[in-house]
Amino acid sequence: MNGAEAVVESLKREGVKHIFGISGGAALPLYDALVQPTAKDITNILVRHEQAAAHMAEGYARSSGRVGVCIATSGPGATNLVTGIADSVLDSTPLVAITGQVATRVIGTDAFQESDIIGITMPIVKHSFQPRSPDEIPWMIKAAFHIASTGRPGPVLVDMPKDISEAKLKEFIYPEEVHLRGYKVTREAASADIEKAAELVDKAKKPLLYVGGGLVSTDAHNELLALVDKIEAPVTTTLMGRGAFPDSHPMCLNMLGMHGTAYANWAVRDCDLLIALGVRFDDRVTGNLARFAPNAKVIHVEIDPAEIHKNRYAEVAIQADAKDALKKLHDAVKPAKHPEWRQQVLQWKEEQPLRYKKDGTLKPQYILQELADITRGEAILTTDVGQHQMWAAQYYPFNRPRQFLTSGGLGTMGFGLPAALGAKFANPDQEVWLVSGDGSFQMHLQELATSMIYQKPVKIALFNNQHLGMVKQWQDMFYGERYSGVQLKNVPNFKKLAEAYGAVGITVNKPEEVRPAMEKAREVDDRTVLIDFHYDPKEHVYPMIPSGMSVDEMRLQPDE
Amino acid sequence: MSNNPHSVKNGNGSLRKHTISVLVENKPGVLARVSSLFARRGFNIASLAVSSTEDSEISRMTIVTQGDEGHLEQVIKQLNKLIDVITILDHTEDDLISREVALVKVHATVDNRSEIMQLATVFRGEVVSLSPREETMILEVTGEEDKIEAFLESLSKFKVIEMVRTGKIALVRGKRMT
Repeated sequence: MNGAEAVVESLKREGVKHIFGISGGAALPLYDALVQPTAKDITNILVRHEQAAAHMAEGYARSSGRVGVCIATSGPGATNLVTGIADSVLDSTPLVAITGQVATRVIGTDAFQESDIIGITMPIVKHSFQPRSPDEIPWMIKAAFHIASTGRPGPVLVDMPKDISEAKLKEFIYPEEVHLRGYKVTREAASADIEKAAELVDKAKKPLLYVGGGLVSTDAHNELLALVDKIEAPVTTTLMGRGAFPDSHPMCLNMLGMHGTAYANWAVRDCDLLIALGVRFDDRVTGNLARFAPNAKVIHVEIDPAEIHKNRYAEVAIQADAKDALKKLHDAVKPAKHPEWRQQVLQWKEEQPLRYKKDGTLKPQYILQELADITRGEAILTTDVGQHQMWAAQYYPFNRPRQFLTSGGLGTMGFGLPAALGAKFANPDQEVWLVSGDGSFQMHLQELATSMIYQKPVKIALFNNQHLGMVKQWQDMFYGERYSGVQLKNVPNFKKLAEAYGAVGITVNKPEEVRPAMEKAREVDDRTVLIDFHYDPKEHVYPMIPSGMSVDEMRLQPDE
Repeated sequence: MSNNPHSVKNGNGSLRKHTISVLVENKPGVLARVSSLFARRGFNIASLAVSSTEDSEISRMTIVTQGDEGHLEQVIKQLNKLIDVITILDHTEDDLISREVALVKVHATVDNRSEIMQLATVFRGEVVSLSPREETMILEVTGEEDKIEAFLESLSKFKVIEMVRTGKIALVRGKRMT
């Protein structure tokens, strides 16, 4: 067995079923190992750009909870993975990226297709490995999966020099477990911390839960529901936390932050206890930190100690897995009712719901409401980045975790289509919709080919306003409507583009065409369908708390 | 920030120097991971010394960083996230034996040579090289940072040609480990 075969055998031992990537010179031994009969349980998906391979692996991982795997050759193949790796570190996605590398004897000589991918990715990986002997490989792959999937999940890079891939192992021994003395994961909440937290919860008059991606990655939604029902506290989620708490629950306040609902942001302003679960007080959530939750004590439950006290001091810090902490907190608190607080929050929800101007023209928010209705809120939704992303987060009702896949931390345009395909590979029986924009979609539209060839049909709702809409919105609001580098114009013809790939294309211009187009899209089950929705570029995302400001400066949808 | 009761601890914003010992796996690339982290997070390195330890698999980095308490807390927590970092000890409050070494090349003529040598003696320094024809002398001094600073200060009246100085190394007095 050579090094490359040892990599593939190790992937099998880790239960890997799909890998996404593109081959090349230094990756040839790895790809040769993937066509051996012993590798038949692993589907090797040839994509059209390595960055898309990384995002596909991310979509696969986020929708399934399993580690996503992508592969690329050395040099440009490896550097093309960089944005996907950065995306996964910021959104804490378990990812193992395998790269080919030039042979060890020429490393450092600027050999053909050489790039120092270990050095390039150092600030954006959880860890990286480069074996110097084929016998190190089984241990390294085991360690890579262990590191990627435990604690705060994240990306691990394994860089495979070509000569190491080709060299023979003495013996293949796959370790049962790996011991890393510099890597200790605390999972269990300390009982002293739980007691202190329970004391704050019992005393609180206006508790609020602020829930993020950490809750999704620990599958702690049932524990969250139990706690919420016991202490009658409203819940707001971050962008990454959408779906961690069901929108159908009366105490759900939807998203908080820059484009969060008015009622969520008002609840943050007025709460006296903020229970922060698997969140990192990101600037898009807090705005001006000094004025964020100004009346609240904070309980911060977080697996990554570096996030605790980083942006906001926590009166009680619980460094633990959210699931364990929630279970224990649930048992430690007294049942409570907060009728006045509940009444207040419900009143805000009624007074200032998400709304938009209905003037008979096609509105993006309407498209999402129709999509929610026709899919009964059950589809897996992926998005790209921009206005459409915020509308999708606001208007689509998410009722289960891993249902909403979006690029939150890095804000990567182009994430959506590959992520949708990754989700479809992991969940072939589920309906997967991509909500994208005309700007973002053009960053990875080549993956339409992957969807056709591997028969992974997804539905694409393209929000086409012929602009980089969110940038235009900022230029409208803060740069005196001086449009600079945002006009995409009406190119290409997306219907024809879809058809060129063998997919179905539909163009929609009027509200009454939305429903029939979606019905038609849902009838097609053997091909990807793209619906090109054209609407007014003047439409803005509301509410909005401008960058660095607070809830007091929140701008609501203007009344006409 | 300092007026905000919710802000992270900032120890009155005082920019103290903190000495930390970082025990790391003795593997290629570890120094790059540590220095890359300092660069990316905007942490400052006032001094850095890397050495072997009594265990051949472990290296020690003695790092002096300057910043407030919140800064130090982040430095330590972020370093802890590196897989190759085994333990970190903050010696801010410890009773430390610390040393730096400086080598200083000075222009030394027949007239001022003895004065320079006297000065070195005061600081328990040594003359490690003397080239009368080229009128240079290299002095070595070992000690805590303050002593090195004072030595350099008193040498400033002479013509210093070049100077090199190590990072700080330190051990905690007594049984407590560094």
